[in-house]
Amino acid sequence: MDLRRPNRPVIGPKVRQVGFITPDSGSATASTSIPAVAAAATAAGSPPSSLSPVMIPPPRHPSTEMSNPHYHPIGSYNPSEQILGSPPALSPSRSSRFDADGSDFGGDDDESVALSGVGGGMTPKSSLLMRQPVTKTAPPVSETTKRDSNVSKGKAAGPSAAPKEKLTRAERRAAQEAQRAAKAAAKEAAAAGGAPSVSKQPKPATKPTNQQKKDGASGSGPLQPLAPSGSIEKKQGKKEVAAPHPRMQFDDMTKVGKLKKRAVVNQSEARNRVELFRHLPQYEHGTQLPDLESKFFQLDPIHPSVYQVGLQFLSDKISGGNARCIAMLLAFKEVIQDYTTPPEKTLTRDLGAKVGSCVSFLIECRPLSVSMGNAIRFLKNRISSLPHNLSDKEAKSRLQSDIDRFINEKIIIASKAIVEHGVSKIRDGDVLLTYGSPSVVESIFAYAHGIKKNFRVVVVDSRPKHEGQGLLRRLVERGIHCTYTHINAVSYVMHEVTRVFLGASSVLSNGTVYSRVGTACVAMVAHAFRVPVLVCCEAYKFHERVQLDSICSNELGDPDAISKVSGRKDLNYLDGWAQNENLQLLNLKYDATPSDYVSVLVTEQGMLPPTSVPVIIREYGIERLWT
Amino acid sequence: MPDVADFIRKLQRRRIEGSHATARQTAELLRSVVSQTRMPYTNQAAALLDSVRAVGEQLIAANPVELAVGNIVRRVLHIIREEDLSSSAVSFEGLMISEKSDDEEDVDQKGGPVLSAAAVAAAARSTLRPRSLQTLLEDGPTPAVPSKSSSAGDSEGKSKSDKSTMGKRLKHSVIEAINLLIEEIDDCYEDISEQAVEHIHQNEVILTLGRSKTVKEFLYAAKQKNRSFRVFVAEGAPRYQGHVLAKELIQKGLETTVITDSAIFAMISRVNMVIVGAHAIMANGGVIAPVGMNMLALAAQRHAVPFVVVAGSHKLCPLYPHNPEVLLNELKSPSELIDFGEFSDCMDFGAHGGAPLMHVVNPTFDYVPPNLISLFITDTGGHNAAHMYKLIADYYSADDLVIKRKSTSSN
Repeated sequence: MDLRRPNRPVIGPKVRQVGFITPDSGSATASTSIPAVAAAATAAGSPPSSLSPVMIPPPRHPSTEMSNPHYHPIGSYNPSEQILGSPPALSPSRSSRFDADGSDFGGDDDESVALSGVGGGMTPKSSLLMRQPVTKTAPPVSETTKRDSNVSKGKAAGPSAAPKEKLTRAERRAAQEAQRAAKAAAKEAAAAGGAPSVSKQPKPATKPTNQQKKDGASGSGPLQPLAPSGSIEKKQGKKEVAAPHPRMQFDDMTKVGKLKKRAVVNQSEARNRVELFRHLPQYEHGTQLPDLESKFFQLDPIHPSVYQVGLQFLSDKISGGNARCIAMLLAFKEVIQDYTTPPEKTLTRDLGAKVGSCVSFLIECRPLSVSMGNAIRFLKNRISSLPHNLSDKEAKSRLQSDIDRFINEKIIIASKAIVEHGVSKIRDGDVLLTYGSPSVVESIFAYAHGIKKNFRVVVVDSRPKHEGQGLLRRLVERGIHCTYTHINAVSYVMHEVTRVFLGASSVLSNGTVYSRVGTACVAMVAHAFRVPVLVCCEAYKFHERVQLDSICSNELGDPDAISKVSGRKDLNYLDGWAQNENLQLLNLKYDATPSDYVSVLVTEQGMLPPTSVPVIIREYGIERLWT
Repeated sequence: MPDVADFIRKLQRRRIEGSHATARQTAELLRSVVSQTRMPYTNQAAALLDSVRAVGEQLIAANPVELAVGNIVRRVLHIIREEDLSSSAVSFEGLMISEKSDDEEDVDQKGGPVLSAAAVAAAARSTLRPRSLQTLLEDGPTPAVPSKSSSAGDSEGKSKSDKSTMGKRLKHSVIEAINLLIEEIDDCYEDISEQAVEHIHQNEVILTLGRSKTVKEFLYAAKQKNRSFRVFVAEGAPRYQGHVLAKELIQKGLETTVITDSAIFAMISRVNMVIVGAHAIMANGGVIAPVGMNMLALAAQRHAVPFVVVAGSHKLCPLYPHNPEVLLNELKSPSELIDFGEFSDCMDFGAHGGAPLMHVVNPTFDYVPPNLISLFITDTGGHNAAHMYKLIADYYSADDLVIKRKSTSSN
């Protein structure tokens, strides 16, 4: 009895829906009284916080909607629609069914009560259909709650639960088949289309498959098209190292646990994690490197060149989007060079998995940048789109030339094009400000100096990496007049500045520039002082993701770099305090510059407003990256 | 006076830094100046004003960026004027109602520690000459607004013995008032932090930059009232005083997160309020603050986060800023930013026509315009930026805004 009570709230709204339908049917007079009573009963019994149909988004399967012409969207209260939808012949049978329902209410038959609610607005046929499976299954009492949620969803969808369940199962199976097929052909686009229908409605009946889907790589979802770990290695490479998703949420304990089991790099979690950034990995820095070095001879699956690049990432020997991307691609080239297809395996599948495991290793060393993600996506596409009849040698040479082409076209030639565009915006007598050490901006300055433009550069730098000092040194060695300052003084120097040139790690499709932390500050101050901001970025760094703030997706650096000021021995205020539980040290690596601070984006496609990023992604991204 | 020269040297060499320390020491120095001034028989207030002004001029010249020095000099000048005004008014009317005036003095003495010297004088003046249309019309012949010379003229008409007691009384009351000023400078933290609970609520996230003692006391006071809140501290390069503040805050058990200055924009979207200290508050409501503050204020404005400045009233400067980023700034040593050793090869002076290719800019202060500031919290309560001129009118007299003596006018 007690178990049944909570069921009623579920019924309530459904019966009320019946009330909307009855007035238009011819012989409604007899039937109306009963739903009214039922509605009253449920309204009295149900707490206001009961499960309402509005809360559960109806899974709108086009197929089910088509199959059931009497399906009404929840929100529609238009009687005329319903008259059109329901044939008048239904009314007598319906009234009889309501009578049965009434007795159900009296008899406290849990299942049928639920049924009456579900079948309320349905054709008799469907209600009959539905009655059958439920009575057949007769689940244990403990199952009732689950079933309730099922039923409520079935109701929300409109048609009766059982056929729908069957349908969706079949559908799901079909979708999975399609997905598998798609993966075999490695058409990620197809996978993305199939995935949402699966992941949207996690039901107890299909839990195992669903779970499997999720942990493999949520990268197949439409929101994360950038899945360098890829769905390719996911299925057949179960024993392989599955890569963590680049935007994995690290506050999800189960996923983190799984990840840790697989991890090659033994990372210990930072003690004082910043609460706001629990979703990002916060590891103890400095411990991984010796650990990884000691493991060098134990790790056979990872190619030495990848290993080397990983170590360089870890120790920050290579930093900067372009440099990291090129280093990674060159390492992959060597991996492909040394690759031989094992017997009973196809190159497209096995190499994809192999690359995937390398990527996951690199991610463990340092999270991927967007540019690297795009490059990996490109490479995987190339691998999977290789014709099957190619010999190993042919395939390998083809992939290697693809990588070379990518490095050459997307990075080197692109930056040359950007330099030419950028230089056109430098006039004699300009004072140009830059922040950090963007490689493209540096070559713009060098080129402009080479063609005898007369200008001055302000290098703004920030803690903890002081990358600007390297840029300053290189520019001074070229003979360019430079002013060096730190980021706090940017509003002091901004008075004299005429142009701001910034680099970017990525440009997202809402125009947000995702870049070295502090870029947003510089752009903001420049905006306040009415100084144009030029963001120089190769188009391969564009990404269809959107982001509004710098919190949701970011990378955290070594917190100890905050407490120690390099080169200033006298500053040791926080020595010994880093272990205090009240103190958190936050070393953000990136921030998101809102698009309204950006005057123009300088890309190899030309100079664009930030609003044109989606256009570039649409027009060039798919065409050039995915083929 | 040896201690003046010593103090000037300290100011010049930037041995004394921070507006609180300078304000306090300036007030103490001026107190000794006042006490050491030989009082002539005539025109005593003018003599005091002159000697204070002479010292003040040197002090201001020693460190023109340390606006607190000028503020205190002007405050002392204002005190002298007010005391002179009240005492001359007392003596003028005291011939007839001497007991009443004594009573007035007693009352003032009792209520003294709470009220500032200016308030005391203002109260005395208002009781003696209530401002009304009638007094304005009737008191035509009486020196209602006595200038320097007129007050001197009044005292001239009296007997010598009367004058000497008058002189002692003036000096004494000025020193008393300066003592009150010093007390006020010391107490400003308490007065400000009393208001903390009105502004900080539970679970607040507060961002601050660098270190300010006022901010520290403000946050302590809120913590003592069992408000739990989190503090983000931007470290404030190149002095990194934020580390000191963070250390002090965690000692009090406040949950503190240290961020780099470059992460200000990234973090400000999750912050409820920005509370910062200031170096000086200008008459237009703008603020001279440690470098980086303008960036922080702009970020706060972008995200509609209240930008609150806490500062004692000794930081109120009656001057209007003109090009303050350059004129009210100080460039420090580049060694705070780069290592000379590393960049010695880049500093090749001969190669490029004598001009070095590399400049390093390391300013100390930033100017935050008044439109970026949501609220000022001073020891007299919360104020809008547009209201600053009125506070300044209470503390300073308009004659003292320019301290510099005209070369001929000194006598």
